[in-house]
Amino acid sequence: MLSINDKDLGTPARDSAKLVTLEVDGRAVTVPEGTSVIRAAALADVAIPKLCATDSLEPFGSCRLCLVEIEGRKGFPASCTTPVEAGMKIRTQSEQLSKLRRNVMELYMSDHPIDPFECKAGGKCELHEMANAVGLVHVRYGDGGRNHRDLPIDDSNPYFAFDPSRCIVCSRCVRACDEIQGTFALTIEGRGFNSQMVAGQHEHYIDSECVSCGACVQACPTDALMEKSLLEKGRADRAIVTTCGYCGVGCSFKAEVRGGEVVRMVPNKDGLPNHGHSCVKGRFAWGYATHPDRVKQPLLRKRISDPWQEVSWDEAVGYAASEFKRVQQKYGRGAVGGITSSRCTNEEAYLVQKLVRAAFGNNNVDTCARVCHSPTGYGLKTAFGTPAGTQDFDSVVAADVIMVIGANPTEGHPVFASIMKRRLRNGARLIVADPREIDLVRMPHVEADYFLQLTPGTNVALFNAMAHVVVTEGLVNEQFVAERCDPREFKQWREFIAGERNSPEAAGKITGVPAEKIRGAARLFAQGPNSAIYYGLGVTEHSQGSTAVLAMANLAMATGMIGRNGVGVNPLRGQNNVQGSNDVGSFPHELTGYRHVSDPLLRADFEKVWHVTIDPEPGLRIPNMFDAALDGSFLGLYIEGEDIAQSDPNSQHVAAALSAMEIVVVHDIFMNETAKYAQVFLPGSSFLEKNGTFTNAERRISRVRKVLPALAGKEDWEVTCALSNALGYPMNYNHPSEIMDEIARLTPTFAGVSYEKLDRLGSIQWPCNDAAPVGTAVMHVGEFVRGKGRFLITEYVATDERTTSRFPLILTTGRILTQYNVGTQTRRTMNISWHPEDVLEIHPHDAEQRGIRAGDWVEVTSRAGAIALRAAITERVAPGVVYTTFHHPETGANVVTTENSDWATNCPEYKVTAVQVMPTARRPERLPADKVIAAATPSAR
Amino acid sequence: MSSALTTTVYVPCDSSALSLGAKAVADAIAREAAGRHADIELIRNGSRGLYWLEPMVEVATPRGRAAYGPVSAADVPSLFDAGFLGGAQHRLALGLTEDIPYLKRQSRITFARVGISDPLSLDDYLAHGGYRGLTRAIAMSGAEIVQEVTASNLRGRGGAAFPAGIKWKTTLDQKSKQKYIVCNADEGDSGTFSDRMIMEGDPFVLIEGMTIAAVAVGASEGYIYLRSEYPHSMRTLTAVIDAATRAGYLGPNVLGSGKPFRVEIRVGAGAYICGEETAMLESLEGKRGVIRFKPPLPAIAGLFGQPTVVNNVITLASVPAILDRGAKAYNEYGVSRSRGTIPLQLAGNVKRPGLFELPFGLSLRDLIEDFGGGTASGRPLRAVQAGGPLGAYFPDSMLDLAIDYEAIAGAGGLLGHGGVVVFDDTADLAQMARYAMEFCALESCGKCTPCRIGSTRGVEVIDRIIANRDRSDNVELLRDLCDTMTAGSLCALGGLTPLPVLSALKHFPEDFGLPLAKGDSIA
Repeated sequence: MLSINDKDLGTPARDSAKLVTLEVDGRAVTVPEGTSVIRAAALADVAIPKLCATDSLEPFGSCRLCLVEIEGRKGFPASCTTPVEAGMKIRTQSEQLSKLRRNVMELYMSDHPIDPFECKAGGKCELHEMANAVGLVHVRYGDGGRNHRDLPIDDSNPYFAFDPSRCIVCSRCVRACDEIQGTFALTIEGRGFNSQMVAGQHEHYIDSECVSCGACVQACPTDALMEKSLLEKGRADRAIVTTCGYCGVGCSFKAEVRGGEVVRMVPNKDGLPNHGHSCVKGRFAWGYATHPDRVKQPLLRKRISDPWQEVSWDEAVGYAASEFKRVQQKYGRGAVGGITSSRCTNEEAYLVQKLVRAAFGNNNVDTCARVCHSPTGYGLKTAFGTPAGTQDFDSVVAADVIMVIGANPTEGHPVFASIMKRRLRNGARLIVADPREIDLVRMPHVEADYFLQLTPGTNVALFNAMAHVVVTEGLVNEQFVAERCDPREFKQWREFIAGERNSPEAAGKITGVPAEKIRGAARLFAQGPNSAIYYGLGVTEHSQGSTAVLAMANLAMATGMIGRNGVGVNPLRGQNNVQGSNDVGSFPHELTGYRHVSDPLLRADFEKVWHVTIDPEPGLRIPNMFDAALDGSFLGLYIEGEDIAQSDPNSQHVAAALSAMEIVVVHDIFMNETAKYAQVFLPGSSFLEKNGTFTNAERRISRVRKVLPALAGKEDWEVTCALSNALGYPMNYNHPSEIMDEIARLTPTFAGVSYEKLDRLGSIQWPCNDAAPVGTAVMHVGEFVRGKGRFLITEYVATDERTTSRFPLILTTGRILTQYNVGTQTRRTMNISWHPEDVLEIHPHDAEQRGIRAGDWVEVTSRAGAIALRAAITERVAPGVVYTTFHHPETGANVVTTENSDWATNCPEYKVTAVQVMPTARRPERLPADKVIAAATPSAR
Repeated sequence: MSSALTTTVYVPCDSSALSLGAKAVADAIAREAAGRHADIELIRNGSRGLYWLEPMVEVATPRGRAAYGPVSAADVPSLFDAGFLGGAQHRLALGLTEDIPYLKRQSRITFARVGISDPLSLDDYLAHGGYRGLTRAIAMSGAEIVQEVTASNLRGRGGAAFPAGIKWKTTLDQKSKQKYIVCNADEGDSGTFSDRMIMEGDPFVLIEGMTIAAVAVGASEGYIYLRSEYPHSMRTLTAVIDAATRAGYLGPNVLGSGKPFRVEIRVGAGAYICGEETAMLESLEGKRGVIRFKPPLPAIAGLFGQPTVVNNVITLASVPAILDRGAKAYNEYGVSRSRGTIPLQLAGNVKRPGLFELPFGLSLRDLIEDFGGGTASGRPLRAVQAGGPLGAYFPDSMLDLAIDYEAIAGAGGLLGHGGVVVFDDTADLAQMARYAMEFCALESCGKCTPCRIGSTRGVEVIDRIIANRDRSDNVELLRDLCDTMTAGSLCALGGLTPLPVLSALKHFPEDFGLPLAKGDSIA
């Protein structure tokens, strides 16, 4: 069912420069060629009755309600499937049409409860609306005929139910699953009157291929497919447009509210990242916001061995402030710091870094982006001048060749993946490079032309080899390079990359990918005409993460795949606001807009507004903070919306560092692992409880609007203000819009951004300033932001993390659709039905050698630690590689990951850990690393 | 080995003949011949379409082929005894085949070779004028071929009677690199079998017709969508596609023209609706057989979205003769806008069922009485359904209608694929009307509402009429329902089902318990 106020034009818009003028009921209307009659009529404010047509789906022509008369044509053409023609004269009302439509409705209602009070959709049911619209009051067929009343309800999905007795077989759900989501999970089974929508092979929804994206529920015109929350809570009375709090796609939603309660989240048809689509997390998994585990009161304890005490905001904030001041007095100004959150708003991240720089008086601020996309920032800023993706999401629709590397979009960025899959179904070619055979390699109507199954940690060798092919086979876009790039650096790079050690044959030995495949993929990529790279943490979370980003930039520049629609180097960012938190100055060396803190003129600008002196020295990065804590020089930390004890590498090291600190303030919506080491817990507000903005992976700033009151009484930005005020540095804002105004005033790329403009335009992609007043979809058009594009030498250097006889396998990690990061939110929703635990994927060969059977408990041991998981035996991973997800804290995947990190940014090398895997009788307690290694030393075997 | 002394004996391999024991007859002839050291060559030919005479055995004699039938295996020794190999008299002797009046009075153009040539022999096909049409077509431009077909006034014989030349021109005019020819061989109308007879009796002519279409419009791939109930057709088509490919009539370079054309067979899964061209295209693409809306026309965006000529077997099989003899020769047959010949298939309660290829214009009565010999039961004829399950029921009083697309449509019926089914006075037309709705309910693809729900409701409403429950209200409801199905259905199945229903109601109201309306007539 559509959202309560949505208007539906019947069929999708058509893109044509040629305009056609026709007449609908005497009103002239001009529309692009190819537009349907029903849409043209709707645009002329003539509503033609319809049921199977909806403007998110291609026309279908089954319901036969939208029949019209067209002058000069016989019969009654369906207006949804009839394209407009110049001079057409349409009649939408006549006695014959009325009778025809009423009789068709009568047929529908002869197999449906006619009493609208029986309708669970509560008055928004399109079927009952249409019955009213055509004036049907009585069904002459009686109720003794064949019907579908007794078909059982399928309520196997935790979030929605399918009642086949209410189904009108319009196929909107089936078409939504095919056209929008691209999963092809639904079908119509049977013929004629027996036609029935079924999931999978006539299974329960939950057992089918359904990914619970909700597209079918959204498309259903009746109460056949309905959200259980809507069935329980009743129809909403208002809808508030806001932005999803999960991944970096940043889908726009309408939060439908009844009283003080969210009834459901409906994807916003006008939302530019998602165009009315959603995934199981954003659409359904929002129940965590009111989960009983939410902390509603500030908590305090003097020692971490003490139990928590509920205290007032004043007491908690006051104690935290006094402790920070005490630590600074005792150990120095630099002994404290803060961590901003990629989960919070731009305004909140900005305030935390401002608190660190202005109230703490140092630059010890860092963010969780450190552990994910910091190499993206470094690499793209170095090569192009801007540390962000080059395109908007819709650019993929213009791509002819799509290369996906180190990303699993159908799991991690499902809504963008659905757009990408649609483009692939329409003919784009696909290259997938991944250690694991992700779904995208082969799924319904999508198959990769090249699947390059490389060994984890060898991305740079692969990119270099592809570039080698480009350079040595005459595939360089010489004109682009000559016009756009630094010629001296290009010449050096060209010589370097043409070297034999970068040949596909040499790379084949390193990556395990056959040379011919590398050559084929490189030729395909270079041929374009529009080739785009999409990548994720499988590129960045490596010791050569930054090198790999630079190598992708080199490949894109050498082939001229930058600076227009359909191309680009596109990071798929993990968290809702990881782009934004970086943009607003979360790194220790950068103020807003990625400008180095050592610049005195820049500092002067900020000092004028902030009324403080800013430390010119960059502060500590997260790993340095931990090291310094163990050294005794860094002893206080304010952490907003981040569970570093769980998500940072080498958990034991992190735990030791946190334990060494004297004041740890955790500001979060749930108790978490990190809070075990905290003295103060400040309850946070979920994305439904505050105003602000998020910036997604396409640099799109979207409004977050307050839907519910903050559960603990304060929005996160208010908490930071209170802490700052208690520290003696005044922060007084009445509304987050004032914080954004301050960011805009201080940041050239944000200069044109304001809440007023966001409300007006819906969203804005930065840079937004006088040169680009409505923002920028595609960057580096005509010229790179930094001037000339830079080709840097990207020598492949193998990671120090190598397999040995003791640790013969490589562990790499990834995500699953239904869970989000460490699961803090999703594990507190019914999404747990799909992924109750993390498992270890292992190749049958490796499993056989170790006597591991499917479902066995296995112990995974690395140099850093050991964890236990159940084994899943699969050929998705190559022999020698094992894989797991990290959504459950019990898994403790980061117990085994090492401290290796990217040379440029310290981004941890999560994606490569040498391990041994052995069967174990039962799930053991976590053991310290040294003991585990001793225990796991091969003995008799 | 055959020699001058070898006698050629023909026993049909046609499915209908086989169902009447043709295989046992053929086996018996072979056995007897071996036992008697008679030197015969046994050829399994197509059927002549005179089904009341099947299995009809023919023997080549110097005077021409002599026919015997209907022959059973038990008759074979006596045939040998009588000297049938020399064309001798016998109680089953029919004289010379060509003199059998029901055959002699036909105008066999499309079926010229059926029953005469060896269906599987390319040499025999060539010997009987095969591939002359294609040879001529290859020397012409695509536009010239299309013009020839247009000028012949050949219309689609599948039922819709759309001019073939116009369809071909639409596809010819498309700029696409990939085009297709799809042959609709999903012959599902009750009482029809002409497609099958071609595919079993002269399959090369279909392949030649498809190849001419391909050369004309620039298609490189052809598909025959064959109903699964035709296993013999599958075998003959497979064999001749192979033979034509080996001889260069199909393949990468058709007859040295530089043009490629390949043909593949796809077997349906038993859905009547897949005989509708758009549902057929869906099925060919591997999807569920449901109707696509038009536009776009398949000629512009058909199979896999590419321009596609979809024609029925008979339409395509008529093309080689048109190209061979010229459009004018074909166009000389027929009346008004119905030109050429049509293979009429007579079935049901009729004395002489079979296939009769005749020029348009003959009356239904002449067909049924002269060719068919009246009812098989000998009882009075009550109704005739022309055009398959979606055709109207005509009473005896209307049988002087000419067999002509427009004339029959004008009388509220349709000629369709040329099937004519005869009923005697024991038929209950209310039950037949009910059956029409039931057929629609069984075969509806389920996409559009009027057909999906309406046909099921139609059965229920007719049941109430028959049971005299609120009869007059239900008759009004039935008429309303029929209007809704006619005006609102997405394709001809739902759109034409009202024809048999309303014609039964109109011409045979007494079967529904209604009084005869003024001006209505019954026999």
